Amino acid sequence: MNNDSESDLTTPELRDLRCVAAMMVPASTEFDVPGADDATIFADIVKSLGRDLRDVKAAIGTLATLGGCAFADLEASRRDAVAASFRERGGAEVAALSRAILQCYYRDDRVVRSLGLEPRPPFPKGHTLEQGDWSLLDPVRKRPKMWRDAPP
Amino acid sequence: MNDTVDVLIIGAGASGAAVAWSLAETRMRILCLEQGDWMKQSDYPSNGRDWEARQFSDFATSPNRRARPTDYPVNDDNSPIKVLNFNAVGGSTIVYAAHYPRLHPSDFRVRSLDGVADDWPIDYATLEPFFAENDRMTGVSGLTGDPAYPPKQPPMPPLPLGKSGTRFAKAMNQLGWHWWPSDAAVATTEYEGRAPCINLGHCTPACTQGAKASTDITYWPAAIRAGVELRTRCRVREITVNEHGMASGAIYYDADGKEQFQPAEVVIMACNGVGTPRMLLNSVSGRFPGGLANSSGLVGRNLMFHPYAQVFGYVDEPLDSNRAPPLCLWSMEFYETDPRRDFVRGYAFQFGRGIGPVTEAIFSDADGRLPWGEEHHRVYRKLVGRRIGIAVIGEDLPEEHNRVTLDPVLKDGHGIPAPKVDYTISANSWRMMDHGIARAKDVLAAAGATNVGVQCPILNGGWHLLGTARMGTDPERSVVNEWGRCHDVRNLFIVDGSIFVTSGGVNPTSTIQALALYIADSMKQRLATLFD
Repeated sequence: MNNDSESDLTTPELRDLRCVAAMMVPASTEFDVPGADDATIFADIVKSLGRDLRDVKAAIGTLATLGGCAFADLEASRRDAVAASFRERGGAEVAALSRAILQCYYRDDRVVRSLGLEPRPPFPKGHTLEQGDWSLLDPVRKRPKMWRDAPP
Repeated sequence: MNDTVDVLIIGAGASGAAVAWSLAETRMRILCLEQGDWMKQSDYPSNGRDWEARQFSDFATSPNRRARPTDYPVNDDNSPIKVLNFNAVGGSTIVYAAHYPRLHPSDFRVRSLDGVADDWPIDYATLEPFFAENDRMTGVSGLTGDPAYPPKQPPMPPLPLGKSGTRFAKAMNQLGWHWWPSDAAVATTEYEGRAPCINLGHCTPACTQGAKASTDITYWPAAIRAGVELRTRCRVREITVNEHGMASGAIYYDADGKEQFQPAEVVIMACNGVGTPRMLLNSVSGRFPGGLANSSGLVGRNLMFHPYAQVFGYVDEPLDSNRAPPLCLWSMEFYETDPRRDFVRGYAFQFGRGIGPVTEAIFSDADGRLPWGEEHHRVYRKLVGRRIGIAVIGEDLPEEHNRVTLDPVLKDGHGIPAPKVDYTISANSWRMMDHGIARAKDVLAAAGATNVGVQCPILNGGWHLLGTARMGTDPERSVVNEWGRCHDVRNLFIVDGSIFVTSGGVNPTSTIQALALYIADSMKQRLATLFD
């Protein structure tokens, strides 16, 4: 893993971030996957904030401002409303928060396997790609030239 | 004090590598200064489980996001399209998609054919042997017989169609529209010591397999074997001139941050359409108070990006996703001017196979397509692996107000003023994009895709940096002559995308490199009279 930096989120910020992660991607028994607040996934999120650290801190601050208190301390229904308002604002904070959580969630072995994919990097195994039916090109081959002649 | 070299090349990317290799046979002493490092394939993202995430961090295509010590910042706040690049041996070919079309014959004659912009002082036929030579050096895969181009012979067979390409091919046939397997700078067979593509899929943020033709593994090894010296971590601040108004060398900062002067008989700029004007504008002297080679006032003007639209949808089965090179086909159905349309010139389609699971989640979250909460998993599983996309890339005509200047405040890590970009998309380009988006939706419908989305322009879409030191025969209307020599400074040459007169409507790397080889050849033909 490429650890861009260690997190310097405060303990209350970490609590709020974990709360947002659980809300964004909750655990699912139907799909047999953990939530983004799972201990392993959340540890990956925290250590991988890197270039998004500043915007994630700002996002947590904005959520607290919108909610009037720490996000994790809100009632569930209030959290939904605050989160919806936050997402509607858009911008760098929203993008950074989502990216920080989703980029780690969807590389977790358990999650990747649940999608029918192999939990591995692309190299060195690569993938197999079917050649396809090149006779599909036959009608195109029959077309007259399409480029325009240009004066010298 | 460094020894004087015969030729000093600044920049080791697409064009710098090609011109260095071509000039090496002259046995002149040739030195290239590159601000970046040599890259290691073992460090590339597709080696690790964080392979997708790193396209948003140390392999981001935006220098402002990436912010490596080897990068310089760009103020592109006043542009709807953000500048992308990569600074290393290989330059932006490290992170390009390797989609490798040539400009078309008509692209060199837009004034004569369509009454807009200016004709180039050279034509397709002039460049044709250099296109072919570049295809051989680069190792291009493709298929002969494309009716959209004059005959050409890619040295390797095309990338497979795969499931995504097959679906697009059937859709295009249903519509009766042109499509063809893309020329790609990707080895599909063993080629000149390079291993063939094994479908890592994550091609753009650098190819671990070495199948993608970045110039660090194509031109540079050959150029260095032929005697060219390449110094990395050398950031040039300015080109100096002597009392005769000739370029005398360059001042740069070495890897230790120490200021150095490198004297040279000939200087060649190969820093791309933002880096080259930045350096020329930073090279101010009593003789050249408005920047070097800028008597026309056109250095930095006429910046062209290629406006892009991305149109995508989702099908009812998993396709190739990102498990193969991302671009597989092109269409030139709407490339040439059609007087029945409300815009001049035209655009190409690039057909994309899909995106990876992390990227899908991030993009769909940003679009509001992917909900938070209980529904997240169900919705995501209808998206992942099922996206296909069409990029509309349109010709961007030159406009002088689209320009690169020097930012009065922003500087790089060595205190050198950073480039500032001011750019707007023209009304013609917007009409072109609207047309392209509508036709791309037709294709997606024919391909059975639903849940269609559009991004226009692609914000982080400034891959192609063109036109800011244009080529021409009139010194009042151009910066370099018809073989790349600056009108104002007879031993200063430019070989990168800056010299494009118009942009065409396709990716420019093939043409940039053919131009570099053509200029090198022109220099070799004139060695005895190079400065006359």
